[in-house]
Amino acid sequence: MLAFALKRLGLAVLVTLTVSLVSFSLLFMSGDPASAIAGENASATDIEAIRTLYGFDRPFLVQYTDWLFSALRGDFGQSYYFKLPVADLIADRLSTTMLLGICGISFALLTAVPLGVAAAVRPNSFIDRLALFLSVMGQAMPSFWFGLVLIVIFSINLGLLPPSGSSSWKNFVMPTVVLGYYAMPAIMRLTRAGMLEVLNADYIRTARAKGASEWRVMFKHALRNAVVPVVSLAAVQMGFMLGGSIVVESIFALHGAGYLAWESIARNDLPTVQALILIFSLFYIVFTFLSDLANAWLDPRIRVG
Amino acid sequence: MPGSIRASGWGEAMARTIETVAEEIRSPSPGAMLRRRIFGHYGLVFGIAVLTIIVLIALFAPLLTSHDPYTQDLMARMKPPFWMAGHDPDHLLGTDHLGRDYLARLLYGARISLAIGAVAALISGLIGTAMGVAAGYFGGKVDLVVTFLINVRLAMPVVLVALAVVAILGGSLEVVIVVLGLLLWDRFAVVMRSSVMQVRDLEYVNAAKAIGCSVPRIVLSEIMPNVLNNLIVVATLEMAHAILLEAALSFLGLGVQPPTPSWGLMISEGKQMMLFEPWLIAIPGVALFILVLAINLLGDGLRDVTAPENRG
Repeated sequence: MLAFALKRLGLAVLVTLTVSLVSFSLLFMSGDPASAIAGENASATDIEAIRTLYGFDRPFLVQYTDWLFSALRGDFGQSYYFKLPVADLIADRLSTTMLLGICGISFALLTAVPLGVAAAVRPNSFIDRLALFLSVMGQAMPSFWFGLVLIVIFSINLGLLPPSGSSSWKNFVMPTVVLGYYAMPAIMRLTRAGMLEVLNADYIRTARAKGASEWRVMFKHALRNAVVPVVSLAAVQMGFMLGGSIVVESIFALHGAGYLAWESIARNDLPTVQALILIFSLFYIVFTFLSDLANAWLDPRIRVG
Repeated sequence: MPGSIRASGWGEAMARTIETVAEEIRSPSPGAMLRRRIFGHYGLVFGIAVLTIIVLIALFAPLLTSHDPYTQDLMARMKPPFWMAGHDPDHLLGTDHLGRDYLARLLYGARISLAIGAVAALISGLIGTAMGVAAGYFGGKVDLVVTFLINVRLAMPVVLVALAVVAILGGSLEVVIVVLGLLLWDRFAVVMRSSVMQVRDLEYVNAAKAIGCSVPRIVLSEIMPNVLNNLIVVATLEMAHAILLEAALSFLGLGVQPPTPSWGLMISEGKQMMLFEPWLIAIPGVALFILVLAINLLGDGLRDVTAPENRG
């Protein structure tokens, strides 16, 4: 188990380093970052001054290692636009995004798992059709459009929920539904497929034969085994959702890290963008690492294989 | 009538042979069975029908409307669509805030979405298939490298990276297509890798190796035909993915730029006025939803039909 964990940890660190290199290189895709910061009307001497000030005149690898080691200490440089340390800016906004992510994944799990189980228990029944219908709808509906439709219905027509802001719990209802519905179809399908497979297994027949109640068979014997792949999918979806929060937060003007990402991209604030790409990637890497460990702990075959 | 054959003095063995042959003739051919599976699958039929209609609309957009999607008419701004009072019979779906015909923009917008979906899926399909096939066929170190690259790609937030790159390079149809094509290859690589692994040790591949076929020949004529159905399924799903992402990027203002009639952009422009004119976002949104729904149903249906045992 320790060897497996160390191997996975090494892989996670390597992936993080590669992502950091890619996200740092983004800055140089525009050609000359110094003239991008200076703006269109800057003189050549201004651009030169900015180049030395930010150290763009040094070789690429020197700049990268410098940035990386500062990042390891939690220093992502100054934001060009907000004129504040990037780390403070992000730390300030991250709690909103984390809260939204947790609400979103909880909403997705709380709707997808019961629906998936119910659909698997009675294939082709009404509830199975309903689950399939909801998941097909969820996969085809653009999440930003779904958000706007919710605003039109619940904020403009019914006046129940605020369309934007992040001051009270009411501001989180619609973003949670939009973000959760985005993750729901995949989790529902996997739960249903897993339950269908498990319900045909021999040990379920044994459990029924020895007289266990149907509830006990479902939850104690079947769901426990069907839920293992769902855990790792939920971890992956959580990582994707934090990355996808940029769309949802910009619709509902929820001032989290996703909104910050959109603001800083629109304003060419590259240090903030680089740091955010790295941090969102890091969330994904940590979630998948933890779910790998959890799965290896639950299922010894993974450790060996 | 088997009985009458036996009664008329034919040998028992002969009668049985005739019966087997007759049974073979009566049973449907593989092609007929496939056709029956396709037409028995309502989702697939719906997907093919709707997608065909949208492709035809995109191809023949100039014949379907006499309006130009770019022509502004400030005298005829914000005309409501046909189901609302005060509509103009000349503008069936009304006009937008610049007086452009909404139906024309919707019809020409189908071209943008389909082009983005198809070309982005083609680019990412080429990259992902090359990586996945190499990893699956060679295994070992090649597989390690490809798996690592897939992990790196999955760790990067697609929307954020796409937005940042488009912002740096400047939004245009070509940039959006290339950026999405370079980002969406992960599922191709994952699926191709595992499907090639499943067939690479089968007898016919070993036979091809034994008679000395070259690697490209084995891959192209022995392996690819047997993993093609998986490739097509992933391609349809990634096409839908690319269309949704383009719409999201354009909606956020960092995708296709105005005045291009992109559905995502139409929703973004309509957002300013959705308080009073919700149809401005309803029309392009429903179009987007129907297109993506049709492509997804086509992909799901193809998976069910080509591999009925994988239904889930």
